[in-house]
Amino acid sequence: MDKWVFGISMTVVGMGGTLLTLWILSLFTVILKKAFPPVEESPSAGKSEGGRAK
Amino acid sequence: MIESILAGLSGLGAGFVYLATQGLPNVIMMLVGGALLYLAIKKDVEPLLLVPIGFGCLLVNIPLGDLMEQGGILRSFYDIGIITELFPLLIFVGIGAMTDFAPLLENPKILLLGAAGQFGIFLTLLLALALGFSQLESVCIGIIGACDGPTAIYVTTQYAPHLLGAVSVAAYSYMSLVPIIQPPIMRLLTTQREKTIRMAMVQGTISKTTKILFPILVTLVTGLIAPKGLPLMGMIMLGNFLKESGVVTRLTSASENEIANVVTLFLGLAIGGTMEGHAFLKMQTLAIFGLGLVAICLDTVAGVLFGKLMCFLSGGKINPLIGAAGISAYPMAARVVQHQGHLYDKKNYLLMHAMGANTGGQIGSVMAAAIMLSVLKGMGLV
Repeated sequence: MDKWVFGISMTVVGMGGTLLTLWILSLFTVILKKAFPPVEESPSAGKSEGGRAK
Repeated sequence: MIESILAGLSGLGAGFVYLATQGLPNVIMMLVGGALLYLAIKKDVEPLLLVPIGFGCLLVNIPLGDLMEQGGILRSFYDIGIITELFPLLIFVGIGAMTDFAPLLENPKILLLGAAGQFGIFLTLLLALALGFSQLESVCIGIIGACDGPTAIYVTTQYAPHLLGAVSVAAYSYMSLVPIIQPPIMRLLTTQREKTIRMAMVQGTISKTTKILFPILVTLVTGLIAPKGLPLMGMIMLGNFLKESGVVTRLTSASENEIANVVTLFLGLAIGGTMEGHAFLKMQTLAIFGLGLVAICLDTVAGVLFGKLMCFLSGGKINPLIGAAGISAYPMAARVVQHQGHLYDKKNYLLMHAMGANTGGQIGSVMAAAIMLSVLKGMGLV
Protein backbone atom coordinates (compact mmCIF):
# COMPACT_ATOMS: atom_id res chain seq x y z
CA MET A 1 0.00 0.00 0.00
CA ASP A 2 1.31 3.47 -0.84
CA LYS A 3 2.46 5.21 2.33
CA TRP A 4 0.36 8.32 1.75
CA VAL A 5 -2.75 6.28 1.09
CA PHE A 6 -2.02 4.49 4.34
CA GLY A 7 -1.32 7.70 6.25
CA ILE A 8 -4.36 9.60 5.08
CA SER A 9 -6.64 6.59 5.53
CA MET A 10 -5.33 6.08 9.04
CA THR A 11 -5.79 9.79 9.84
CA VAL A 12 -9.33 9.98 8.48
CA VAL A 13 -10.51 6.70 9.98
CA GLY A 14 -8.49 7.10 13.17
CA MET A 15 -9.40 10.68 13.99
CA GLY A 16 -12.94 10.32 12.70
CA GLY A 17 -13.42 7.07 14.56
CA THR A 18 -12.09 8.54 17.80
CA LEU A 19 -14.36 11.58 17.55
CA LEU A 20 -17.37 9.47 16.62
CA THR A 21 -16.78 6.92 19.38
CA LEU A 22 -16.38 9.54 22.07
CA TRP A 23 -19.45 11.36 20.80
CA ILE A 24 -21.42 8.11 21.04
CA LEU A 25 -20.04 7.61 24.55
CA SER A 26 -21.12 11.11 25.53
CA LEU A 27 -24.65 10.38 24.30
CA PHE A 28 -24.79 7.10 26.22
CA THR A 29 -23.48 8.90 29.30
CA VAL A 30 -26.28 11.46 29.11
CA ILE A 31 -28.78 8.59 28.87
CA LEU A 32 -27.11 6.88 31.82
CA LYS A 33 -27.33 10.02 33.94
CA LYS A 34 -31.00 10.46 33.08
CA ALA A 35 -31.75 6.79 33.78
CA PHE A 36 -29.98 6.82 37.14
CA PRO A 37 -30.32 10.26 38.69
CA PRO A 38 -28.75 10.82 42.10
CA VAL A 39 -31.04 9.95 44.97
CA GLU A 40 -30.78 10.58 48.68
CA GLU A 41 -28.88 7.47 49.78
CA SER A 42 -29.32 6.42 53.42
CA PRO A 43 -26.06 5.57 55.09
CA SER A 44 -25.70 1.81 54.84
CA ALA A 45 -24.08 -0.51 57.38
CA GLY A 46 -20.47 -1.26 56.51
CA LYS A 47 -20.33 -3.84 53.77
CA SER A 48 -18.01 -6.74 54.21
CA GLU A 49 -15.56 -7.54 51.42
CA GLY A 50 -15.93 -11.29 51.75
CA GLY A 51 -13.35 -13.72 53.01
CA ARG A 52 -9.81 -13.94 51.75
CA ALA A 53 -9.61 -15.82 48.45
CA LYS A 54 -8.35 -19.38 48.90
CA MET B 1 50.64 -22.27 35.58
CA ILE B 2 51.51 -18.78 34.48
CA GLU B 3 49.33 -19.21 31.41
CA SER B 4 46.34 -20.22 33.46
CA ILE B 5 46.79 -17.24 35.77
CA LEU B 6 47.05 -14.95 32.77
CA ALA B 7 43.99 -16.57 31.21
CA GLY B 8 42.07 -16.01 34.41
CA LEU B 9 43.20 -12.41 34.59
CA SER B 10 42.04 -11.80 31.04
CA GLY B 11 38.50 -12.38 32.24
CA LEU B 12 38.88 -9.40 34.56
CA GLY B 13 38.94 -6.00 33.06
CA ALA B 14 37.56 -7.24 29.75
CA GLY B 15 34.90 -4.60 30.13
CA PHE B 16 37.50 -1.82 30.11
CA VAL B 17 39.08 -3.29 26.99
CA TYR B 18 35.69 -3.42 25.28
CA LEU B 19 34.91 0.17 26.22
CA ALA B 20 38.27 1.34 24.98
CA THR B 21 38.07 -0.45 21.65
CA GLN B 22 34.44 -0.32 20.60
CA GLY B 23 32.41 0.96 23.51
CA LEU B 24 31.94 4.65 22.70
CA PRO B 25 28.17 4.22 22.13
CA ASN B 26 27.98 2.45 25.49
CA VAL B 27 29.79 5.28 27.24
CA ILE B 28 27.44 7.80 25.68
CA MET B 29 24.42 5.78 26.78
CA MET B 30 25.80 5.50 30.31
CA LEU B 31 25.89 9.29 30.34
CA VAL B 32 22.32 9.33 29.01
CA GLY B 33 21.30 6.96 31.79
CA GLY B 34 22.99 9.27 34.28
CA ALA B 35 21.15 12.23 32.79
CA LEU B 36 17.80 10.44 33.18
CA LEU B 37 18.65 9.74 36.82
CA TYR B 38 19.60 13.38 37.33
CA LEU B 39 16.34 14.58 35.80
CA ALA B 40 14.37 12.17 37.93
CA ILE B 41 16.08 12.88 41.24
CA LYS B 42 17.09 16.53 41.04
CA LYS B 43 14.36 17.87 38.80
CA ASP B 44 11.55 15.51 39.82
CA VAL B 45 10.85 14.54 36.18
CA GLU B 46 8.68 11.41 36.30
CA PRO B 47 10.93 9.73 38.87
CA LEU B 48 8.83 6.58 39.14
CA LEU B 49 9.72 5.67 35.58
CA LEU B 50 12.93 7.49 34.85
CA VAL B 51 14.80 6.07 37.85
CA PRO B 52 14.40 2.42 36.80
CA ILE B 53 14.79 3.31 33.11
CA GLY B 54 17.96 5.29 33.83
CA PHE B 55 19.43 2.56 36.00
CA GLY B 56 18.48 -0.12 33.49
CA CYS B 57 20.20 1.94 30.81
CA LEU B 58 23.35 2.08 32.95
CA LEU B 59 23.28 -1.66 33.58
CA VAL B 60 22.80 -2.72 29.97
CA ASN B 61 25.61 -0.49 28.73
CA ILE B 62 28.22 -1.97 31.04
CA PRO B 63 29.89 -4.32 28.56
CA LEU B 64 29.84 -8.10 28.69
CA GLY B 65 27.34 -8.20 31.54
CA ASP B 66 24.90 -10.05 29.26
CA LEU B 67 21.90 -8.69 31.17
CA MET B 68 19.88 -8.51 27.95
CA GLU B 69 21.07 -11.85 26.60
CA GLN B 70 18.94 -14.95 27.00
CA GLY B 71 18.75 -15.73 30.69
CA GLY B 72 19.87 -12.27 31.78
CA ILE B 73 17.79 -10.51 34.42
CA LEU B 74 16.74 -7.58 32.23
CA ARG B 75 15.93 -9.99 29.42
CA SER B 76 13.74 -11.96 31.81
CA PHE B 77 11.79 -8.82 32.76
CA TYR B 78 11.50 -7.97 29.07
CA ASP B 79 10.28 -11.42 28.03
CA ILE B 80 7.89 -11.84 30.94
CA GLY B 81 6.33 -8.41 30.97
CA ILE B 82 7.00 -6.51 27.75
CA ILE B 83 6.74 -9.14 25.02
CA THR B 84 3.58 -10.47 26.63
CA GLU B 85 2.21 -6.90 27.09
CA LEU B 86 1.54 -7.84 30.73
CA PHE B 87 3.30 -4.88 32.37
CA PRO B 88 1.59 -2.00 30.54
CA LEU B 89 -1.79 -3.65 31.02
CA LEU B 90 -1.27 -4.16 34.76
CA ILE B 91 -0.23 -0.53 35.11
CA PHE B 92 -3.43 0.44 33.35
CA VAL B 93 -5.47 -1.32 36.03
CA GLY B 94 -3.76 0.91 38.58
CA ILE B 95 -4.32 4.02 36.48
CA GLY B 96 -8.02 3.22 36.20
CA ALA B 97 -8.20 2.76 39.96
CA MET B 98 -6.65 6.19 40.47
CA THR B 99 -8.92 7.99 37.99
CA ASP B 100 -12.09 9.83 38.94
CA PHE B 101 -14.45 10.24 36.00
CA ALA B 102 -17.00 12.31 37.97
CA PRO B 103 -15.99 15.70 36.46
CA LEU B 104 -16.34 14.16 33.02
CA LEU B 105 -19.70 12.63 33.84
CA GLU B 106 -20.95 16.05 34.99
CA ASN B 107 -20.44 17.39 31.46
CA PRO B 108 -20.19 14.49 29.00
CA LYS B 109 -19.71 16.67 25.91
CA ILE B 110 -16.22 17.40 27.22
CA LEU B 111 -15.38 13.91 25.96
CA LEU B 112 -15.07 15.54 22.53
CA LEU B 113 -12.09 17.54 23.82
CA GLY B 114 -10.53 14.21 24.77
CA ALA B 115 -10.92 13.17 21.14
CA ALA B 116 -9.60 16.44 19.70
CA GLY B 117 -6.50 16.17 21.88
CA GLN B 118 -5.43 13.07 19.92
CA PHE B 119 -5.09 14.85 16.60
CA GLY B 120 -1.35 15.18 17.10
CA ILE B 121 -1.03 11.39 16.93
CA PHE B 122 -2.23 11.27 13.35
CA LEU B 123 -0.42 14.36 12.08
CA THR B 124 2.80 13.03 13.59
CA LEU B 125 2.15 9.71 11.89
CA LEU B 126 2.05 11.54 8.55
CA LEU B 127 5.26 13.42 9.40
CA ALA B 128 6.99 10.18 10.34
CA LEU B 129 5.96 8.66 7.00
CA ALA B 130 7.34 11.74 5.24
CA LEU B 131 10.67 11.27 7.05
CA GLY B 132 10.96 7.73 5.73
CA PHE B 133 9.78 5.62 8.64
CA SER B 134 7.80 2.52 7.74
CA GLN B 135 4.05 2.36 8.22
CA LEU B 136 4.19 0.42 11.47
CA GLU B 137 7.06 2.53 12.80
CA SER B 138 5.08 5.68 12.02
CA VAL B 139 2.10 4.37 13.99
CA CYS B 140 4.37 3.71 16.98
CA ILE B 141 5.97 7.15 16.73
CA GLY B 142 2.59 8.86 16.35
CA ILE B 143 1.35 7.16 19.50
CA ILE B 144 3.79 9.25 21.53
CA GLY B 145 1.15 11.93 21.02
CA ALA B 146 -1.21 9.85 23.12
CA CYS B 147 0.81 11.14 26.12
CA ASP B 148 0.28 7.73 27.65
CA GLY B 149 3.26 5.55 28.54
CA PRO B 150 1.53 2.16 28.79
CA THR B 151 -0.33 2.74 25.51
CA ALA B 152 2.89 3.71 23.74
CA ILE B 153 4.65 0.64 25.14
CA TYR B 154 1.73 -1.65 24.26
CA VAL B 155 1.61 -0.52 20.62
CA THR B 156 5.36 -0.26 20.07
CA THR B 157 6.12 -3.68 21.55
CA GLN B 158 3.80 -5.28 19.03
CA TYR B 159 4.69 -3.38 15.89
CA ALA B 160 8.15 -1.82 16.26
CA PRO B 161 9.93 -3.35 19.28
CA HIS B 162 13.27 -1.99 18.07
CA LEU B 163 11.91 1.51 18.77
CA LEU B 164 10.65 0.69 22.27
CA GLY B 165 13.42 2.44 24.17
CA ALA B 166 13.22 5.68 22.18
CA VAL B 167 9.40 5.80 22.12
CA SER B 168 9.06 5.06 25.85
CA VAL B 169 11.65 7.59 26.96
CA ALA B 170 10.16 10.19 24.62
CA ALA B 171 6.61 9.51 25.84
CA TYR B 172 7.44 9.71 29.55
CA SER B 173 9.84 12.64 29.20
CA TYR B 174 7.42 14.79 27.22
CA MET B 175 4.54 13.94 29.55
CA SER B 176 6.51 15.45 32.38
CA LEU B 177 7.37 18.49 30.24
CA VAL B 178 3.70 19.31 29.60
CA PRO B 179 3.82 22.27 32.05
CA ILE B 180 6.56 23.77 29.86
CA ILE B 181 5.29 22.79 26.41
CA GLN B 182 1.61 23.70 26.71
CA PRO B 183 1.37 27.21 28.23
CA PRO B 184 2.93 29.18 25.33
CA ILE B 185 0.62 27.42 22.87
CA MET B 186 -2.41 28.05 25.07
CA ARG B 187 -1.59 31.74 25.42
CA LEU B 188 -0.94 32.14 21.70
CA LEU B 189 -4.18 30.57 20.56
CA THR B 190 -6.66 32.22 22.94
CA THR B 191 -7.80 35.82 23.26
CA GLN B 192 -7.79 37.72 26.52
CA ARG B 193 -11.56 37.42 26.73
CA GLU B 194 -11.49 33.68 26.13
CA LYS B 195 -8.86 33.13 28.80
CA THR B 196 -11.10 34.72 31.42
CA ILE B 197 -14.32 32.84 30.64
CA ARG B 198 -15.72 31.43 33.85
CA MET B 199 -17.50 28.12 33.56
CA ALA B 200 -20.47 27.07 35.67
CA MET B 201 -19.50 25.25 38.84
CA VAL B 202 -19.49 21.46 38.79
CA GLN B 203 -22.59 20.40 40.72
CA GLY B 204 -21.67 16.94 42.02
CA THR B 205 -24.85 15.34 40.72
CA ILE B 206 -23.67 11.94 39.60
CA SER B 207 -25.25 8.89 41.19
CA LYS B 208 -23.18 5.99 42.39
CA THR B 209 -24.99 3.73 39.91
CA THR B 210 -23.86 5.94 37.03
CA LYS B 211 -20.27 5.84 38.24
CA ILE B 212 -20.42 2.04 38.47
CA LEU B 213 -22.03 1.54 35.07
CA PHE B 214 -19.80 4.02 33.22
CA PRO B 215 -16.69 1.80 33.01
CA ILE B 216 -18.84 -1.11 31.83
CA LEU B 217 -20.47 1.12 29.21
CA VAL B 218 -17.11 2.37 27.96
CA THR B 219 -15.69 -1.15 27.79
CA LEU B 220 -18.65 -2.48 25.82
CA VAL B 221 -18.94 0.41 23.35
CA THR B 222 -15.23 0.80 22.65
CA GLY B 223 -14.60 -2.94 22.62
CA LEU B 224 -17.28 -3.48 20.00
CA ILE B 225 -16.02 -0.61 17.82
CA ALA B 226 -12.30 -1.38 18.09
CA PRO B 227 -11.75 -4.88 19.45
CA LYS B 228 -7.96 -4.81 19.09
CA GLY B 229 -7.82 -2.15 21.78
CA LEU B 230 -9.94 -4.11 24.25
CA PRO B 231 -6.99 -5.21 26.42
CA LEU B 232 -6.04 -1.56 26.95
CA MET B 233 -9.51 -0.15 27.50
CA GLY B 234 -10.66 -3.20 29.44
CA MET B 235 -7.84 -2.95 31.96
CA ILE B 236 -8.20 0.76 32.63
CA MET B 237 -11.95 0.36 33.03
CA LEU B 238 -11.46 -2.68 35.26
CA GLY B 239 -9.36 -0.56 37.59
CA ASN B 240 -12.00 2.16 37.62
CA PHE B 241 -14.78 -0.39 38.17
CA LEU B 242 -12.94 -1.86 41.14
CA LYS B 243 -12.72 1.62 42.65
CA GLU B 244 -16.31 2.68 41.96
CA SER B 245 -17.86 -0.60 43.10
CA GLY B 246 -16.67 0.26 46.60
CA VAL B 247 -16.71 -3.39 47.70
CA VAL B 248 -13.18 -4.45 46.85
CA THR B 249 -11.07 -1.78 48.49
CA ARG B 250 -8.23 -4.28 49.03
CA LEU B 251 -8.06 -5.02 45.30
CA THR B 252 -8.31 -1.33 44.47
CA SER B 253 -5.58 -0.47 46.92
CA ALA B 254 -3.36 -3.27 45.62
CA SER B 255 -3.92 -2.16 42.01
CA GLU B 256 -2.98 1.44 42.60
CA ASN B 257 -0.17 0.72 45.05
CA GLU B 258 1.62 -2.62 45.24
CA ILE B 259 0.87 -3.90 41.75
CA ALA B 260 1.45 -0.57 40.03
CA ASN B 261 4.67 0.07 41.96
CA VAL B 262 6.22 -3.36 41.43
CA VAL B 263 5.29 -3.46 37.77
CA THR B 264 6.56 0.08 37.24
CA LEU B 265 9.93 -0.96 38.63
CA PHE B 266 10.27 -4.02 36.38
CA LEU B 267 8.85 -2.18 33.36
CA GLY B 268 11.32 0.66 33.74
CA LEU B 269 14.26 -1.73 34.08
CA ALA B 270 13.16 -3.67 31.01
CA ILE B 271 12.80 -0.49 28.94
CA GLY B 272 16.20 0.68 30.14
CA GLY B 273 17.52 -2.67 29.02
CA THR B 274 16.58 -1.88 25.43
CA MET B 275 18.76 1.22 25.43
CA GLU B 276 22.06 -0.46 24.58
CA GLY B 277 24.36 2.01 22.86
CA HIS B 278 24.88 0.31 19.51
CA ALA B 279 21.13 -0.27 19.08
CA PHE B 280 19.88 3.02 20.49
CA LEU B 281 22.24 5.67 19.13
CA LYS B 282 20.94 6.21 15.66
CA MET B 283 19.67 9.22 13.76
CA GLN B 284 16.20 7.75 13.93
CA THR B 285 16.28 8.04 17.73
CA LEU B 286 16.82 11.79 17.43
CA ALA B 287 14.05 11.96 14.84
CA ILE B 288 11.73 10.10 17.21
CA PHE B 289 12.43 12.57 20.00
CA GLY B 290 11.76 15.46 17.64
CA LEU B 291 8.55 13.95 16.34
CA GLY B 292 7.37 13.20 19.88
CA LEU B 293 7.68 16.87 20.78
CA VAL B 294 5.78 17.80 17.63
CA ALA B 295 3.03 15.33 18.55
CA ILE B 296 2.44 16.89 21.96
CA CYS B 297 2.45 20.41 20.53
CA LEU B 298 -0.05 19.45 17.85
CA ASP B 299 -2.26 17.75 20.46
CA THR B 300 -2.36 21.01 22.41
CA VAL B 301 -3.07 23.08 19.32
CA ALA B 302 -5.92 20.81 18.25
CA GLY B 303 -7.36 20.65 21.75
CA VAL B 304 -7.39 24.43 22.22
CA LEU B 305 -8.78 25.06 18.73
CA PHE B 306 -11.56 22.55 19.38
CA GLY B 307 -12.15 24.28 22.69
CA LYS B 308 -12.59 27.55 20.79
CA LEU B 309 -15.13 25.87 18.52
CA MET B 310 -17.05 24.54 21.53
CA CYS B 311 -16.86 27.99 23.08
CA PHE B 312 -18.42 29.48 19.96
CA LEU B 313 -21.12 26.81 19.67
CA SER B 314 -22.01 27.05 23.36
CA GLY B 315 -22.37 30.82 23.22
CA GLY B 316 -19.24 31.48 25.25
CA LYS B 317 -19.91 29.07 28.11
CA ILE B 318 -16.80 26.93 27.58
CA ASN B 319 -13.31 28.27 28.25
CA PRO B 320 -11.10 27.14 25.32
CA LEU B 321 -8.14 26.70 27.68
CA ILE B 322 -9.63 23.43 28.93
CA GLY B 323 -9.06 22.00 25.44
CA ALA B 324 -5.38 21.73 26.32
CA ALA B 325 -6.30 19.22 29.00
CA GLY B 326 -7.75 16.84 26.41
CA ILE B 327 -4.56 14.80 26.46
CA SER B 328 -3.75 11.84 28.62
CA ALA B 329 -1.16 13.49 30.88
CA TYR B 330 -3.36 13.12 33.96
CA PRO B 331 -3.62 15.14 36.15
CA MET B 332 -0.77 17.36 35.06
CA ALA B 333 -2.51 18.87 32.03
CA ALA B 334 -5.55 19.79 34.15
CA ARG B 335 -3.32 21.60 36.64
CA VAL B 336 -1.65 23.50 33.79
CA VAL B 337 -5.07 24.71 32.60
CA GLN B 338 -6.05 25.75 36.13
CA HIS B 339 -2.80 27.66 36.52
CA GLN B 340 -3.11 29.40 33.16
CA GLY B 341 -6.72 30.39 33.83
CA HIS B 342 -5.75 31.66 37.28
CA LEU B 343 -3.02 33.86 35.80
CA TYR B 344 -5.61 35.94 33.97
CA ASP B 345 -8.45 35.79 36.51
CA LYS B 346 -7.66 34.95 40.10
CA LYS B 347 -11.26 33.94 40.72
CA ASN B 348 -11.50 31.56 37.77
CA TYR B 349 -11.56 27.92 38.87
CA LEU B 350 -11.19 25.71 35.84
CA LEU B 351 -9.65 22.70 37.57
CA MET B 352 -12.68 20.41 37.74
CA HIS B 353 -13.66 21.16 34.13
CA ALA B 354 -10.07 20.56 33.06
CA MET B 355 -10.07 17.30 35.02
CA GLY B 356 -13.10 16.25 33.02
CA ALA B 357 -11.28 17.01 29.77
CA ASN B 358 -8.16 15.27 31.09
CA THR B 359 -10.00 12.04 31.92
CA GLY B 360 -11.71 12.33 28.56
CA GLY B 361 -8.23 12.52 27.10
CA GLN B 362 -7.34 9.27 28.82
CA ILE B 363 -10.27 7.56 27.17
CA GLY B 364 -9.54 9.34 23.89
CA SER B 365 -5.89 8.29 23.80
CA VAL B 366 -6.68 4.66 24.43
CA MET B 367 -9.48 4.82 21.87
CA ALA B 368 -7.19 6.36 19.26
CA ALA B 369 -4.68 3.56 19.82
CA ALA B 370 -7.45 0.95 19.74
CA ILE B 371 -8.78 2.29 16.45
CA MET B 372 -5.30 2.39 14.91
CA LEU B 373 -4.68 -1.22 15.92
CA SER B 374 -8.02 -2.31 14.53
CA VAL B 375 -7.49 -0.37 11.30
CA LEU B 376 -4.07 -1.99 10.87
CA LYS B 377 -5.74 -5.36 11.25
CA GLY B 378 -8.46 -4.38 8.80
CA MET B 379 -5.86 -3.24 6.25
CA GLY B 380 -4.12 -6.59 6.57
CA LEU B 381 -0.86 -5.01 7.70
CA VAL B 382 -0.72 -7.05 10.91
